[in-house]
Amino acid sequence: MTTAGGRATSAPLMGRDEEPTIFELSSPGRGAASFLTTSVPEWGAEELVAPEHLRTDPTPVVEVSERDLVAHFTRLSHRQYSVDLGAYPLGSCTMKYNPKLCDEVASLAGLADVHPSAPAALTQGWMELLVDLEQTLCRVTGMHAATLQPPAGAAGELTGLLLMRAWHRDTAGGRERRRVIIPDSAHGTNPASVTLGGYDVTTVPSDERGCVDVVALRERLDDDVAGIMLTNPNTLGLFEEDIVAIAGAVHEVGGLLYYDGANLNAILGVTRPGDMGFDIVHMNLHKTFAVPHGGGGPGAGPVAVSPRLAPYLPGPRPVRGDDGLFVWSQPERSIGRVHSWHGNALALARAWSYILANGGDGLRKVAEAAVLNANWLRVRLRGTYDIPYDRPSMHEFVASAAGLRRRSGLRAADVAKRLLEEGFHAPTVYFPLIVEEALMIEPTETESPQTLAALADALVSIAAGSADDAHEAPRTAPVRRVDEARAARRLVPTFDARSTGSG
Amino acid sequence: MGHFVPHTDDEAAAMLGDLGLTSVDELFSAVPEALRLAGGLDLAPGMSEPDVLARAAHLGDANRRTGAELVCFAGAGAYDHDVPSVVRRVAFRSEFVTAYTPYQPEVAQGVLQALFEYQTVVSRLFGMEVANASLYDGASACVEAANLAASATGRPTVWVSRGLHPHWREVMGTFAVGTGHELVDIPLVDGRTAWPEAGEPGALLVQYPNYLGCIEDLRAAAAAARRTGALLVVASDPVAAGLLRPPGSYGADVVVGEGQPFGTPLSFGGPYLGLFACRAEHVRRLPGRLVGETVDVDGRRAYVTTLRTREQDIRREKASSNVCTNQTLIAVAFVVHLAWLGTAGLRELALRCARGTRYAREALLEIEGVEPVAATPVLREFGVRLRVPAEVVVERMAEEGFLAGVPLGDEYGGGLLVAVTERRTRAEIDAYAYALEKVVR
Repeated sequence: MTTAGGRATSAPLMGRDEEPTIFELSSPGRGAASFLTTSVPEWGAEELVAPEHLRTDPTPVVEVSERDLVAHFTRLSHRQYSVDLGAYPLGSCTMKYNPKLCDEVASLAGLADVHPSAPAALTQGWMELLVDLEQTLCRVTGMHAATLQPPAGAAGELTGLLLMRAWHRDTAGGRERRRVIIPDSAHGTNPASVTLGGYDVTTVPSDERGCVDVVALRERLDDDVAGIMLTNPNTLGLFEEDIVAIAGAVHEVGGLLYYDGANLNAILGVTRPGDMGFDIVHMNLHKTFAVPHGGGGPGAGPVAVSPRLAPYLPGPRPVRGDDGLFVWSQPERSIGRVHSWHGNALALARAWSYILANGGDGLRKVAEAAVLNANWLRVRLRGTYDIPYDRPSMHEFVASAAGLRRRSGLRAADVAKRLLEEGFHAPTVYFPLIVEEALMIEPTETESPQTLAALADALVSIAAGSADDAHEAPRTAPVRRVDEARAARRLVPTFDARSTGSG
Repeated sequence: MGHFVPHTDDEAAAMLGDLGLTSVDELFSAVPEALRLAGGLDLAPGMSEPDVLARAAHLGDANRRTGAELVCFAGAGAYDHDVPSVVRRVAFRSEFVTAYTPYQPEVAQGVLQALFEYQTVVSRLFGMEVANASLYDGASACVEAANLAASATGRPTVWVSRGLHPHWREVMGTFAVGTGHELVDIPLVDGRTAWPEAGEPGALLVQYPNYLGCIEDLRAAAAAARRTGALLVVASDPVAAGLLRPPGSYGADVVVGEGQPFGTPLSFGGPYLGLFACRAEHVRRLPGRLVGETVDVDGRRAYVTTLRTREQDIRREKASSNVCTNQTLIAVAFVVHLAWLGTAGLRELALRCARGTRYAREALLEIEGVEPVAATPVLREFGVRLRVPAEVVVERMAEEGFLAGVPLGDEYGGGLLVAVTERRTRAEIDAYAYALEKVVR
């Protein structure tokens, strides 16, 4: 096989030897810590803390040498798949390559060593960066103003719903609207956020095209509806072609449109939520703008709004004053803070640098290549897997193992575990809920045509295999299939619970 | 194509050909013509790596960073601790940095085991049985703790000590609009929370040590919780845990905190780390992810996210929390830093902070016109009242090369909150006191 063009697969590189917990490496008297020489008087603990507050026995942590500590976490890292090792076609997660220049930006001392409460006069560089990012994100989404405080997508959703609530409170003369509409294909965070925002969820079904059923939507619309949350393209990877009609209908009953930005990558530079009629937009900077996912975070979930909602944004917000200096400003009708400080600032700096590197032209190319890759793979897998909504998709598509399951007993989970053996991460499985045996595949724009071909070959050969063989997978990963039921039944959430199995 | 898109023009054309298309615009045929962005994005063209780095460095230079030129005495939930070299070297290995949420446990044992170890050290610090795999920050941990308590007790009222960080209280207030929880502000008397005798709160929330640096009386808080049938939620400083009796030993039901002191630089406020621990009886109400130990089909030890039916992707609108992405990488940095400190090092760190704090407090209180905000003992931070508004003091002290502290709001009667970490030398503290004396004169 040729290696020209790259081939991002890597399971054989992963460590298969079990690694003890760090607590099992502990040896009394070992340690790594050292401290600055300060010449501060060396009072004893008893002189500093009253006996009723003083802990008598030391807080048990662990006792290891620095060398053992480094070896331990290095070995753990070898038992972890990552974008830097290989392709990660997890649908809806946008696991694109994370440019290393953004790591450099996030480690600059001029950004990292700044106290969040320092007066504005001392933090002009940070405030300029944040204002610049806010304006950039507004241009990308076609919105008016944004808050950078929400630290993740779900936090952005809840922030958006509270903005919705505050706006209705002011405009409806105190009458409460109680319902928020969500499609049956929505991410789980949407309904959970709606509940926490104090609203009831009304589900609208998808039609045979995989888009919002507009007739069913109209039946659900009345003046009790606060708004609708939509992902566009939706979680099937399909563009909601009726979005203008949907926006008109929702606005007609006085509702607002919320845009879940999980799939924003597909439309960068092509179209904008603001042009579609959305009032509130959250972005997942850890998806679209290449902030690395960190094994589950930190991310960042800024929320951009139309002019009428800007007075409600969380504060304080950095703004440029008339004299050109940056100051903190509290929006007139602010819903208040949603973060301890100014959001996940260093994650915001990463996204800022990613956008600078790409520029307006580069972001458009991101969307083009993401959509090209997804469609190429969809067409390539046609005939091997069911494609329930087999028409041009955006940045991702949903295949189904339902036919395979009937024919040979192979389930989506088996395909996923076999793919791990082939050196790729698995797609998202069993989501969206409206597709049986779903395999949601998002290759992203940063995987080469050669990697896509290798991924397609792997998926085709997996489909030709037997279910009995697939049930044994994965055999080359750090561990084989994990007993999830046992983990829940006999809960061991800490090393200290190992002997008891609490919970 | 763009900077990080590998396709050559020929490759892209060949792929389009495979789809029966001739131009990339045809890929977007589903987007109605009227919605297409005609002129492209109104953004500058892409920049090279060195140009981006130069621009970022320029903005960095427009900040006054902490260090020798601006010696940091500010805290208030964001502390200037040493971050050992091992944190950058191992916690920020690219396998941890560029991994996704561990949904495929067979290839995510690295992150899962690191989180299991994180959960263990957080539980040990606070004397609790279970900890989750992280929340966003101290504020979000307080919000989730209030939600857990309201759900466990069926009572929507939360008594919140005014000694809790004002930003965290503000965030709780923002989200209480959605949940309908009633937050009752409980005042401080001489730096300690004065709990009411009677009422029906679902939770009591107290910070330990509190925002003013004072060591709260957790026996009194626990007694008030027992008296009223509320859960006791303690927002606890993980550094103070090296010296103070753990909240668990007082009967706390939930312990939350800000994890920034271990592994995370000041970072202009984020990403930080929400610590969340509770008693085992509340584990089914635990927000966010939880890692548990189990075995694989060969009986080999393995780790997996567990009790997943609590979470939003399964329970949807019935979930008690919407948390999905959390702060995993920051949690890994936390456990690496804490393991480097070790059992003896954690105590030594807390001791050094307490020594510096005592030395600085005594030096400042000798200055005419500087008074303590409370007589209650402190550990690593303290408040002082000054004759000059604190904002003015901070501004003038910056000219002298010090970030003097964080101004205390009107609800505390004004003044300045001063933090001293293990990084402050005797010479720096002496110079700070000398400069402050000039400024408040």
